[in-house]
Amino acid sequence: MDKLRKVLVLGAGALKIGQSGEFDYSGSQALKALREEGIATVLVNPNIATIQTSKLLADEVYFLPVTAFFVEKIIAKERPDGILLSFGGQTALNCGIELFQKGVLEHHNVRVLGTPISAILLTEDRQAFAEHLHSIDIPTPHSSSAETLEEALSIANRISFPVMIRAGFALGGQGSGIAKDAGELERIVNGALAFAPQVLIEQYLHHYKEVEYEVVRDCYDNCITVCNMENMDPLGIHTGESIVIAPSQTLTNSEYHMLRSASISIVKSLGIVGECNVQFALDPRTSAYYVIEVNARLSRSSALASKATGYPLAYVAAKLALGYGLTELTNRVTGVTQACFEPSLDYVVVKIPRWDLSKFKGVDETIGTGMKSVGEVMGIGRTFEEAYQKAIRMLDLDFEGATSDKVFSSADSTIDDILTKYLYIPTPRRMFALALAMCNGISVSEIAAITGIDPWFLERIQHIVDIEQALRISQDLSAVRLLEMKQLGISDKRIGELVGKTGLEIRALRKQLGITPSIFQIDTLAAEYPSETNYLYMTYNGQHHDAAPLGDEGIIVLGSGPYRIGSSVEFDWTSVSTVEALKKYGKRSIVINCNPETVSTDYDISDRLYFEELTFERIADICEFESPYGVIVSVGGQTPNNRARALHNYGVRILGTSAAHIDQAEDRSKFSRLLDSLDIRQPAWDTFIDLDGLTRFAERVGFPVLVRPSYVLSGNAMNVCYTREELEQYAQAAAAVSAEHPVTVSKFFQKVKEIELDAVAQHGQIKAFVISEHIENAGVHSGDATIVLPPQTLNAETMCKIEQAGRAIARALEITGPFNIQFLAKDNQVYVIEANLRASRTFPFISKVTGINFIETFVDALFARNEIAPVSFPPLTFTAVKAPQFSFSRLTGADPILRVEMASTGEVACFGDDLEEAYLKAIIATGGHVPAKGIFISLGGEDKKVRFLESARLLSSLGIPLYATEKTCAFLRAHDIAATMLYKIHEHKSPNILTYFSENKVDLAINIVDNHVKKELDDDYLVRRYAVDHNIPLFTKIKQARLFTRAIVTKDLATIHIKSWNEYV
Amino acid sequence: MHNCVPENALLVQHRQTPLWGKEQSIYGKLILEDGTTFDGLSCGYTGPTAGEVVFSTGMVGYPESLTDSSYTGQILAMTYPIIGNYGVPASSYWEDDHIHIAGLIVSNYIDLPSHAQSTMSLGTWLQQEKIPALEIKDTRLLARHIREHGTMLGKIVFDDDIPFYDPDGDNLVARVSVRQVLQEGDGDTTIVLLDCGAKRNIARSLLARNVRLITVPWDFDLFAPDVNFTFDSIVVSNGPGNPKMVGQTIRTIQKAIDQRIPILGICLGHQLLALAAGGDTYKLKYGHRSQNQPCILNGTKRCSITTQNHGFAVGKLPPDFTPWFVNANDGSNEGIQHIEYPFLSVQFHPEAMPGPMDTAWIFDYFLEKVRG
Ligand SMILES: Nc1ncnc2c1ncn2[C@@H]1O[C@H](COP(=O)(O)OP(=O)(O)O)[C@@H](O)[C@H]1O
Ligand SMILES: Nc1ncnc2c1ncn2[C@@H]1O[C@H](COP(=O)(O)OP(=O)(O)O)[C@@H](O)[C@H]1O
Ligand SMILES: [Mg+2]
Ligand SMILES: [Mg+2]
Repeated sequence: MDKLRKVLVLGAGALKIGQSGEFDYSGSQALKALREEGIATVLVNPNIATIQTSKLLADEVYFLPVTAFFVEKIIAKERPDGILLSFGGQTALNCGIELFQKGVLEHHNVRVLGTPISAILLTEDRQAFAEHLHSIDIPTPHSSSAETLEEALSIANRISFPVMIRAGFALGGQGSGIAKDAGELERIVNGALAFAPQVLIEQYLHHYKEVEYEVVRDCYDNCITVCNMENMDPLGIHTGESIVIAPSQTLTNSEYHMLRSASISIVKSLGIVGECNVQFALDPRTSAYYVIEVNARLSRSSALASKATGYPLAYVAAKLALGYGLTELTNRVTGVTQACFEPSLDYVVVKIPRWDLSKFKGVDETIGTGMKSVGEVMGIGRTFEEAYQKAIRMLDLDFEGATSDKVFSSADSTIDDILTKYLYIPTPRRMFALALAMCNGISVSEIAAITGIDPWFLERIQHIVDIEQALRISQDLSAVRLLEMKQLGISDKRIGELVGKTGLEIRALRKQLGITPSIFQIDTLAAEYPSETNYLYMTYNGQHHDAAPLGDEGIIVLGSGPYRIGSSVEFDWTSVSTVEALKKYGKRSIVINCNPETVSTDYDISDRLYFEELTFERIADICEFESPYGVIVSVGGQTPNNRARALHNYGVRILGTSAAHIDQAEDRSKFSRLLDSLDIRQPAWDTFIDLDGLTRFAERVGFPVLVRPSYVLSGNAMNVCYTREELEQYAQAAAAVSAEHPVTVSKFFQKVKEIELDAVAQHGQIKAFVISEHIENAGVHSGDATIVLPPQTLNAETMCKIEQAGRAIARALEITGPFNIQFLAKDNQVYVIEANLRASRTFPFISKVTGINFIETFVDALFARNEIAPVSFPPLTFTAVKAPQFSFSRLTGADPILRVEMASTGEVACFGDDLEEAYLKAIIATGGHVPAKGIFISLGGEDKKVRFLESARLLSSLGIPLYATEKTCAFLRAHDIAATMLYKIHEHKSPNILTYFSENKVDLAINIVDNHVKKELDDDYLVRRYAVDHNIPLFTKIKQARLFTRAIVTKDLATIHIKSWNEYV
Repeated sequence: MHNCVPENALLVQHRQTPLWGKEQSIYGKLILEDGTTFDGLSCGYTGPTAGEVVFSTGMVGYPESLTDSSYTGQILAMTYPIIGNYGVPASSYWEDDHIHIAGLIVSNYIDLPSHAQSTMSLGTWLQQEKIPALEIKDTRLLARHIREHGTMLGKIVFDDDIPFYDPDGDNLVARVSVRQVLQEGDGDTTIVLLDCGAKRNIARSLLARNVRLITVPWDFDLFAPDVNFTFDSIVVSNGPGNPKMVGQTIRTIQKAIDQRIPILGICLGHQLLALAAGGDTYKLKYGHRSQNQPCILNGTKRCSITTQNHGFAVGKLPPDFTPWFVNANDGSNEGIQHIEYPFLSVQFHPEAMPGPMDTAWIFDYFLEKVRG
């Protein structure tokens, strides 16, 4: 094919449930592959926290929505001659399909590289695809597609219930579900048709094995399967929600190769060029199989496969898209063998999803055919037990292993209750119900029958249970036993729990007996050929090391661990940027991370990668083996930060701010004493062990108050109490306040600004800083807030006070490194709410907006011979807005309201000449759009109504109908703004909000209530939920709603600026 | 602090007879000729064995591998650590009616298999057939050692020691070949399978393409006057050991070549064809034993993933033969074809079992030539 000059790569946009960090990995590798060829690259991706949106990887980056509308404009401007659609998940794929169908690609003669669009279309149309597969004798479950409820019903009756319902052109199982009867069918189908053109009604396959293959094909028709993976959970639980094992454990040679051959003939029949994922259902009784689906693109599974095998799937896929043959590429890992081979593993990997459901009010906890998890981890070991228990600890939820049972609060009362609830109904807790059931004498075969989990896996877990029981009874800590337990991946701490010792005591004993882990390489060929790989893991099932210590030039960088709400791709950016910066000082980077969705775990990022736990035990093992110069704990988010103290006490050198000072900032009372001594203001606060204390405090400082329990499993359940009653309720409900679990309470400021200071200091001197402003008032978690640079409404005095406070704190804590302080601003007074002595979530944003890489500055601060010069930047000539991405649509039942607890799963950032332009782009980038049909308004309380009046007028000028609830409608009319009154859903009268929503008459919903007016909050819950379920953009905060109104009224998309990052910064 | 609580009160009725994993356990040793020793837990028959130590990197198909006669005289180490998962299927699924390996080395033996087809655990099978097996944890170290120092002799011993044994000095084919002539199928064409220890799937693959198949012993003289059947072509099977030890088969092949009878050689059969036609063979440092060997169709960009199990390879090609396949990793020869006549052979296993079935077309290709 003729030489390509410039290629457009579509990114995946914000992280959301079902489409997470894995696409930063695939996009980054694709960009590298292109750059090696000297091809100019243009990347469209509004996700500013990603590594791919970096000047080192792409020539031009557009922080713009990945929608046909914007991409068409970018194509017209950049005139690329090729486009890659399969590296940005479903978002990129759908956008590409639309561009193709609109004739945009043809018109600008942009060639689609890799898999032809026809093949993509075929795989996305489930009905047509099933027919195609039958034409090549590949079986699929009985199914047919419907576009209306009626059709769906008749098909279901034909196939007979239960049936599986799936939405076309969707991802992560959105809108899918299993219907046992017509009623459930109606609910699910209506839900799905709200955002998908067609649904597929399919024969439900009960307790089949779910198996996946990752297939690669080149244009010479060479076709290989890089990895197969077996789900521990049976079919019916989405692969993204399942515990997944690679390679498959319970398949015979015949089964393995039957499915492999099927994958290959499917991929060949489609003419895929690049990467493809095939999912199968396998009948454990008869070995009969069905194809579940094919993803003709890089997927979550391919990212997992890539990390599981060490095979750089995305990189190879990109090269193949450029026309290379597999035989023309070498194996990047061994450096001596071919890319045209199938990796052979001499270890097993176990992937476990990470859920954060407890963060959501009212969410349905069951897991099934749709995704709810927000991240994942991958444990590597030489026994299943070892890999599985590593993975459980990697979740970073304070579980010690397979037998952990703290997810079962005594509130759930008896064992039987717990088991009937958690063994029968799949939820994130089921993996722990397995061991609990075994401890209570339920047999493996019973558990297998209930759960559909293959007895093979259950026997492995039973093994762990038995060994732990044996220890509990014998208390035998002989070398043989200890080694045996370590080979099963039982942690020092857990062994300690079982014999009444501390983890450190067990560690000491273990080392004294010479029981330490081996360092093994992942070399893709099971040691058949020598290999240069730096990809390592640790195991007790070995007696040699594949690597030698790096010693003094080694610097350990602790990664972020699993993506979760509150810690996501932004901390991968900070980790990778640190690794990059270390090169400048000739240091060898050693990354420790356990998240297969990350770029920091790529084969070519660090000098050394330990795909390992971020537990104290494992970090200490690595430190003892490597004896590195030091450890960086401040770039991976809160997890590494939390390890600082234990590591320091163990004698590990922490680079940057000292562990003691980190502790001084983390420990509330120490910190507030410090603030007092610096006379920096803070909201009044105190800690109590009983309700009385809380109430007395609240009445002294005045309601509302913010309460936070000292310990809550996963996600600190913070809450704002507006009345004495609420405070009492809270104290009882959570059973939160007690002597061992004190509660911290602070005065909650209403209607105040929230402001962030992000900075890097050296020896207590600030070397670079940025002040950014939240659009929403305090009370919306900083991770959910819309953040704007430069600040729009802060006066010089406030800015100055913030800077002074920042400098004082940096000096007092002798900070060397990144830090972030959150402030509240109230009539020219500033109050500190917290300080984190680590890189914050906003570091990529501020770095990319100001053009100063704050992480580089940090590394300079660490290693530069002498004092580094302060870095400053000229006033910004544009406005940048960072907006949150929510995934409420997947979290059935969750109330999409913004609170002090973080709920967003991702973020975007867009640039503009002014705030309105940037905000409009950002909202579109997170799935919003300019209303064209109708706008629904519901404002709680007089004051909100008045404050929104101006905006309401502007909206009415758009010339589309306004709908409003009774009081709001009356108010609007009283100010002669025409509006149609709709009854609230719970009023069951027409015209009703529900009908207008479901009939697509509304494409913007504004529902603003005072969080403290409990009743309104509850009445309007349904409104908010239906808006989300019908894919209607929703605003719940008055400042957002007013800004969005200004944006859509004053800005015209047709003439909006299409400028690249280089044109701004 | 929270999880230092010894154990949750919920964990009540513990099963009262907890067993340490390795109760009445027997330990043995794997000793290599260079003195390297691995201690291991017995998971098969407790009795000594000696042979050549080789490793295979295949991740599935241990029943197929164990019953592959090409492993005769060899102690097989599996680099995939977890072995025994799906037990042992009925003998109809095997590649021969008994186990051929001399001993087995694994990292993590699974004694509780789970599969609908399983008839017994791997351990039970090994004991029934008196095959010793050890669970040494660091099979990766063993594989690396063999990779660096080459295939070497070794033995599995328990209490009493035994001498090392070098299988290359023996005619192993004689041990594993069929004893008498066997006839199956009735297709349009007759193929003779020269059985040097043929994996069953060669016969299955040929019969599936409706042929009349006559399996004869390795030393059967196809051209003796008293041969009471006619045939159209010859398939020379896989088999164990050094090709130079099976002169009689080589001579039979030479006669077939003289008579221009179409020949397909597989694995050992490939080496025998090469020798018969005037080429030469040599011993690889540590062989190819895996299911992921890339073989390039010579002169093209087409590459197939193949199953392989061989210690010897074809070096000098015979006159008038051209390379057919080449190993993409180390460039070694993987197949040859005569420039004029239908004499062809492959080093890999088109019949798979275990491994990818991508090269089954070799049988069709050959049969086309036979059927003309
Ligand atoms: N016919 C079926 N019977 C039972 N479960 C099914 C069936 N089809 C799909 N599933 C389950 O639903 C999940 C999601 O289906 P899939 O087609 O993979 O959607 P997605 O595009 O979201 O991955 C699968 O991972 C599988 O566990
Ligand atoms: N005293 C307060 N008054 C008003 N809002 C507050 C107060 N303290 C915290 N908040 C709000 O709660 C959010 C989370 O509080 P923070 O202490 O930052 O918890 P986290 O450690 O989870 O970031 C803040 O971003 C802010 O919006
Ligand atoms: Mg899927
Ligand atoms: Mg905060």
